[in-house]
Amino acid sequence: MSEPLVYTFLVDGDNFTSAGEASVKMKKNLRMLAIAPDIIRRVAIAMYEGEINMVIHAGGGTATVSVHNDKIEIVLEDKGPGIADVELAMREGFSTAPETIRNLGFGAGMGLPNMKRNTDSMTIESTVGVGTRITMTVNL
Amino acid sequence: MKILEISKLLNAEVCWGEDRLESEVCSACGSDMMSDVLAFVKDQAVLLTGLVNSQVIRTAEMMDMRCVVFVRNKKPSEEMLDIAKESGIVVLASPMRMYDACGVLYANGLGDHGETANHE
Repeated sequence: MSEPLVYTFLVDGDNFTSAGEASVKMKKNLRMLAIAPDIIRRVAIAMYEGEINMVIHAGGGTATVSVHNDKIEIVLEDKGPGIADVELAMREGFSTAPETIRNLGFGAGMGLPNMKRNTDSMTIESTVGVGTRITMTVNL
Repeated sequence: MKILEISKLLNAEVCWGEDRLESEVCSACGSDMMSDVLAFVKDQAVLLTGLVNSQVIRTAEMMDMRCVVFVRNKKPSEEMLDIAKESGIVVLASPMRMYDACGVLYANGLGDHGETANHE
């Protein structure tokens, strides 16, 4: 397999109920590719946290997952408000999620740190008023 | 512990997964904060929660859990049960409060580390 397998998902920003659908589908795809269960779980958690973030903060976006021979790359892109202070956003417990989101069980300020913890690399490119692009990789 | 035993100990209604009650699970956790479940839980097969929305089932699916127990008489919606069916996750609803439900399971041998899963 020299060419990566690429999966693209639209993440609907208007519907909190459907948030996570892309991660569920991707999880199934990875199972069919016979990827190791612990790798699948790490990809699923990182992607799901990212999806939830895009729905909460950015009005949705796209998720592109590429399965290479040696790694899985997850790219999350949105045209949301951007992250003003990435370092602050990465701090555990820091959250700008509104109370309504906390009542739904999210917004504890664990999302970004948890994405980093579950992946082997993570870069955040964000411009206020333009959007955010997060690239994560999990080594195989 | 079999999921069937959990349902009996918690006096719980089986909302979905009647045919999966014989499944064995070795550990459980309780939380209303899905962010924390995603960040801190590791290999727990049962999630007890008082939060009721579809993301609870999705979170359980992401964590490879086998069973979700709603406490304090909360009932899942049809939509949530559809997601549970899709993922093969048993859904129980118990009248007990979170503290009591966790305590009863713990006292009956269902810990949070899944020791029984590791015996040779």
